[in-house]
Amino acid sequence: MHHHEYSYTGLGMKMGFQFYWVLGPWCSPSGSPAPLSCETGCGEGSWILVCRLLVPTRVSLLSMEEDIDTRKINNSFLRDHSYATEGNASPAAFRRWGRAQSKNQVHRRGEYNVYSTFQSHEPEFDYLKSLEIEEKINKIRWLPQQNAAYFLLSTNDKTVKLWKVSERDKRPEGYNLKDEEGRLRDPATITTLRVPVLRPMDLMVEATPRRVFANAHTYHINSISVNSDYETYMSADDLRINLWNFEITNQSFNIVDIKPANMEELTEVITAAEFHPHHCNSFVYSSSKGTIRLCDMRASALCDRHSKFFEEPEDPSNRSFFSEIISSISDVKFSHSGRYIMTRDYLTVKVWDLNMENRPIETYQVHDYLRSKLCSLYENDCIFDKFECVWNGSDSVIMTGSYNNFFRMFDRNTKRDVTLEASRENSKPRAILKPRKVCVGGKRRKDEISVDSLDFSKKILHTAWHPSENIIAVAATNNLYIFQDKVN
Amino acid sequence: MHGLMDPLHPPHLYVLFHKYAYHAQQFEGTMFARGLKRKSAEDGEDVEGGLAGTQATPSYSLQRQSLLDMSLVKLQLCHMLVEPNLCRSVLIANTVRQIQEEMTQDGTWRVVAPQAAGRAPLDRLVSTEILCRSVREQEGEHPAPDGGGRMPGLVPGLSAVPSAQALRSPQSSLWEVDSSRENRGGFQKSLDQIFETLESKTPGSVEELFSDVDSSYYDLDAVLTGMVGSTQPGHGSGLQAFTSAATPPPGSSCRSDLGELDHAVEILVET
Repeated sequence: MHHHEYSYTGLGMKMGFQFYWVLGPWCSPSGSPAPLSCETGCGEGSWILVCRLLVPTRVSLLSMEEDIDTRKINNSFLRDHSYATEGNASPAAFRRWGRAQSKNQVHRRGEYNVYSTFQSHEPEFDYLKSLEIEEKINKIRWLPQQNAAYFLLSTNDKTVKLWKVSERDKRPEGYNLKDEEGRLRDPATITTLRVPVLRPMDLMVEATPRRVFANAHTYHINSISVNSDYETYMSADDLRINLWNFEITNQSFNIVDIKPANMEELTEVITAAEFHPHHCNSFVYSSSKGTIRLCDMRASALCDRHSKFFEEPEDPSNRSFFSEIISSISDVKFSHSGRYIMTRDYLTVKVWDLNMENRPIETYQVHDYLRSKLCSLYENDCIFDKFECVWNGSDSVIMTGSYNNFFRMFDRNTKRDVTLEASRENSKPRAILKPRKVCVGGKRRKDEISVDSLDFSKKILHTAWHPSENIIAVAATNNLYIFQDKVN
Repeated sequence: MHGLMDPLHPPHLYVLFHKYAYHAQQFEGTMFARGLKRKSAEDGEDVEGGLAGTQATPSYSLQRQSLLDMSLVKLQLCHMLVEPNLCRSVLIANTVRQIQEEMTQDGTWRVVAPQAAGRAPLDRLVSTEILCRSVREQEGEHPAPDGGGRMPGLVPGLSAVPSAQALRSPQSSLWEVDSSRENRGGFQKSLDQIFETLESKTPGSVEELFSDVDSSYYDLDAVLTGMVGSTQPGHGSGLQAFTSAATPPPGSSCRSDLGELDHAVEILVET
């Protein structure tokens, strides 16, 4: 097992990560590795990194070190700080540990190494509007794996691309008309014919764009979702949702359109959308007013009329000028079972039963201590941060991010919750993440942190949970952290 | 963080920021810290009575004004961005509408100190003044303090707001945006006037907040690239755009009501 050594060339300050697990039954615990992709956006290009589960560790830290002297990048790579659970990071040490543990039947666990890096989008220029379209990636979604290659969708504000990430470890050698460097041979010099053979080569991972789905969105794309039929997917912008077939790039069907005839009457936008995990005709989309609509594509071609409408009545005691802003839903996710949906608004995570539209069945406070700071958060624009939320594989635990590099997990069965921190100090060998606590009033205990000391520039917007194991990935501003639960 | 200290920004924007920052400092320890809770009317009381009690607090009014100023600054700033974040703009605009609505119901929607029509002093907020004047002349119910500010061109819908509110059940949230089109049109118009007057003062901001120019052009693009959509609206507006690409955007505010627009321009010219 060889570690890839990467060198780093400068990246700008503005960076963000997104990463997504491959979903589906092919990620069995003892089976093939579960790939994980993360995106870095920066001033000069948008790169997708695909990381693969290879050698197990407790904590993997993939970090970007900033080189503030140069803003231009030629290539972007990660420095891989992978830690073994015990001992040092060398593979040999790990193997020793692995053998010692085999009595306890600890099945293989993984260390994530960078597998592939490629640039997904380039900056474009819209000549009609005289605007530059940023290359930063808004969303990445994996497709189910059907062969050895991985397929993923990535989108910036306007264009969705389908990428194929495949390995090549053999190459043909012995062409007749070309020599080994690829130069054409003079046919007159060829005296014998030979059949090219495949010879092993260094593993090369290549990403190729297979489809480009462009020119279908007037507004910024905020969501993409692959349908359970694996033939179609949808892309949602602020006012419209389009349905695509993977094979057809010059055509898309508009299935939701909430643009008012008079744009001055616009008061609500689409914030997120997702297909039902099992029913390929159903999808949900959330709005900036805190509502969720479930739509059935069988009902009509244009799903402007919803099948179900989820909205919680307002709490009059908590009314303020910021009520609408904090009710705006930043993320919506179906449970793996397909029975529940989870929504994230600024202060809470809510779980809804698809059969009950008038209120959520569970509400979890993520950082209620911010309720008294809403005006300041409005002033510094933090109130517009869009946090995501995720289910674990069994739909029993939900996780979402917060500020100060904190992220929160809520156990739906035991009703217990925990606050953890993704930081370099916690990411050393043998490090067990210690629960953190924010002190809201009076006396601050030793380990607590007061609300006023929170760092609002350190926000965790994106997290991911392995579809079947207790492995989580957490994206802080410049770092990607992978944590694993020791007890399986 | 917002670049508000940028000396290249027009002076009135700078003044706006300072005014709200001043208020923020003043009330930092009080209601700002509590997130500017709006006091809701007691059960059983009608709107007028409920609001009469709350509006009396001068700190609340000033705080609300600061929030309005801050929101307008934000709107203008995001307007100056290359491509504004629509979600953010909508949320801020809705907040502005809510404040406007409440201030109108309060009857506090007027200039604090009487100003002679004409020169606006440098320490006044130009946009607030325009706000107050333009809505005041729409209300037609509150006589201007200086007695000479009344202008013709009332929007009938707006004056009906208080009575419409009073008819509602006490339990209903006062925050319900009035669903009547007229009222919305009335608020929209004043909101759009704000945007217009702000726009005309700042170099570089060319389009309206939710300009239809963009989308109609893009529909044109969609039509030209042969995008097949199954929606009538999509097609319709696309074809419309194709034929009317040269015409001004249909979403232009107040084009139909030139009187109010002229008035706003007048104020600008005079200042």
